[in-house]
Amino acid sequence: MNSEIVLRAQNVYKSYHKDRIEVPVLRGVEFEVTAGLITALVGRSGSGKSTLMHLLATLDHPDRGEIHFRGERIDNATRARRDSYRNHDIGIIFQFYHLLPELSAVENVLAPTMIGRSAWDFFRHRKEARRRAEAMLDRVGLLHRASHKPSEMSGGEMQRAAIARALMTDPSLLLADEPTGNLDTETGLDILKLLTEINQDDGLTILMITHDDSIAEAADRCHRMEDGQLRQGMPELLIA
Amino acid sequence: MYRWLLCFRYLRTRYIALASIISVTLGVATLIVVNSVMAGFSAEMHERLHGLASDILIECHTSGGMPDPEGHIEEIMKVCGDEVVGSSASVHVPAMLGIEFNGQLITRHVNFVGLDAETYDNVSHFGRYLLHPENQSQVKFDLREDGFAPDRDQFPASGWNYRRARVAYERAFAVEQARIDSLRAPADIPTSDDTAPSMQIPPPSDIFKETEGATASEFDPAVEQYPGVILGISTCSSRMRDEQNNVKDHYYCRPGDDVRMMFPNASDNPKVVNQKFTVVDMYESGMSEYDSTFAFCRLDQMQEFRGMIDPATQARSVTTIQLKLAEGADLNAVRDALRRRFPPNIYAYNIQTWRDMQGPLLAAVRLETTILNILLFLIIAVAGFGILATFFMIVVEKTRDIGTLKALGASGGGVMSIFLTYGLLLGFLGSGAGLVGGLLFVDHINEIATVIENITGQEVFDPTVYYFTEIPTIIHPFTLVWVMAGAVGIAVFSSVLPALRAARMHPVKALRFE
Ligand SMILES: Nc1ncnc2c1ncn2[C@@H]1O[C@H](COP(=O)(O)OP(=O)(O)O)[C@@H](O)[C@H]1O
Ligand SMILES: [Mg+2]
Repeated sequence: MNSEIVLRAQNVYKSYHKDRIEVPVLRGVEFEVTAGLITALVGRSGSGKSTLMHLLATLDHPDRGEIHFRGERIDNATRARRDSYRNHDIGIIFQFYHLLPELSAVENVLAPTMIGRSAWDFFRHRKEARRRAEAMLDRVGLLHRASHKPSEMSGGEMQRAAIARALMTDPSLLLADEPTGNLDTETGLDILKLLTEINQDDGLTILMITHDDSIAEAADRCHRMEDGQLRQGMPELLIA
Repeated sequence: MYRWLLCFRYLRTRYIALASIISVTLGVATLIVVNSVMAGFSAEMHERLHGLASDILIECHTSGGMPDPEGHIEEIMKVCGDEVVGSSASVHVPAMLGIEFNGQLITRHVNFVGLDAETYDNVSHFGRYLLHPENQSQVKFDLREDGFAPDRDQFPASGWNYRRARVAYERAFAVEQARIDSLRAPADIPTSDDTAPSMQIPPPSDIFKETEGATASEFDPAVEQYPGVILGISTCSSRMRDEQNNVKDHYYCRPGDDVRMMFPNASDNPKVVNQKFTVVDMYESGMSEYDSTFAFCRLDQMQEFRGMIDPATQARSVTTIQLKLAEGADLNAVRDALRRRFPPNIYAYNIQTWRDMQGPLLAAVRLETTILNILLFLIIAVAGFGILATFFMIVVEKTRDIGTLKALGASGGGVMSIFLTYGLLLGFLGSGAGLVGGLLFVDHINEIATVIENITGQEVFDPTVYYFTEIPTIIHPFTLVWVMAGAVGIAVFSSVLPALRAARMHPVKALRFE
């Protein structure tokens, strides 16, 4: 198995300030995501999982510590590099889907391409891009909903569209923040199955954040967030 | 790309923003209407003022005027011959106009002009404002047979036809009067003519002395006329409304009637010249200032009456030389050159351009236009604040989407440009609608005025005040461009702050926003 480290967090600290009181959330997190695997990150609600994911996605800055993407330090890279990192190198899935309500499913899937390219460049390759977007929708089994707006879709469908969108730019890593958190158990399991399939078929590295231990069972690796730090272990061990 | 896509989608789904742009639309439409009406008015006014005044006016202030006008014109040609395309000499003199009306004498102060019919039309529009169509093409100071003001149904019968009928009536009346008098006082027949009551043209009263003397007794008004005079229409008429609120003109005299002019002669010890004239036409320029003060007659007659002909040399003097300059000539430069040639410390000449003469009026109109523009742009600026508020609302509403876009790799500049483009599009839409609306309004402004008149019963354009039969409008493309640019600019400018706010938004806070 390819054991290259895609993403590494080194001694990351992050605290929030509320009414001049410092609320430490991450206290020296050490963390690795290995290529080709599904890594799960479990922990109780409010333990700082989303905070860590935002740092990994360079949506926020750590107070201390470093984040490396394939050996490249990414947390203090230039704005443009971080934008392109989010656009190309990773795909993000959220608990609440975060689709753009004005756009149809296929347009939402096209959004990362539109953002990543200049208008002219996109225009020239629009047919190709659209084909790929439709292929992605097909991949998540949502082609029949391509022209539907998010408000016309169910939660599971929206999450599938979000996955298709995350896959659009062919990222090396998928960050999923509680992808099943807002879905009923059955739909959640469908989404989980889809992610596992994508991991197995395409070898896409996935970091999955969840508060649900049973979901973490599907993962190859599992980390538990506790007191602002991570403990590593296989899911079975943690459950036990 | 996503910017445009999102902009268009926002445009289609956020009608509140369209509401905020309506004030821009209205502002732009109003600006266009006001500017084109003002431009129409001032162009009409310029045209009339200019048409009446000639480009450059050289006035001599001495009572005898300037001798040798040909020599002067030659001299002027030496100074600025390239630019002069027409010149005309005339005599201007203040005069009192006396009109006998129902046995009473109406007197008006007028500016009496003796003009050279051949050249006067070269320097100013004179003929086109006359009532008789033939006089419009070629001014004649001989009474025409008939056919004055064919386009006015209210205009009373005039010309020789009228004059003969009037004289015949007066004679018949006098005969009848004499008969009645003779029946009343058979002994007193010879004197009855002298005491005839007032319905006929009254005999000259004591204060007016006929200058013609002996010839007057042989004068037959049915076939002869006095020297011709053209009166400004307001000097001999009044315009008012009747009970039905219709505009009506009342004429104290009309072409074919005789009037009296009193004006000083040109000697160093001026005496009043008192001369009868026959009204041969009327002059209506639409500028009340001109129509109520001007009267015109032939230059050579005027020179004779005023004694402006040197008995020894037969040289004739004039008081005024008017010049018409070539299109695009620099009026002020020519004026200054002429002032250098005829320095005011030697010559009692006043050399002015038509703009100098109408300076205060033109400046007032310009000022008015400027102030209106500033006020209307303030309205659009107020609309700008509406856009600002609406956009802030939209940015707050779109917070989560802004977070999403940033998570997908959109830069701050990209997010900002969504809202700037949105402002730009709204600005174009709003001012484009305003442009179309404004142009349509201007195009149909006279119909609209009629409709408003019908609804309110109030005349929008009071013809007793304005002489325009319809509202003049001119659309300057340049005005459209800067009004549009200004409105779009304001729309974009007021979207800058909300756009900046969107760009600066922290992605995590935006993502967590609910
Ligand atoms: N902007 C903020 N200001 C203050 N505290 C915050 C802020 N964002 C998150 N927190 C706190 O940080 C902690 C971790 O939050 P989060 O990372 O969302 O946890 P999780 O995703 O594991 O549920 C929570 O206790 C939350 O209240
Ligand atoms: Mg969370």
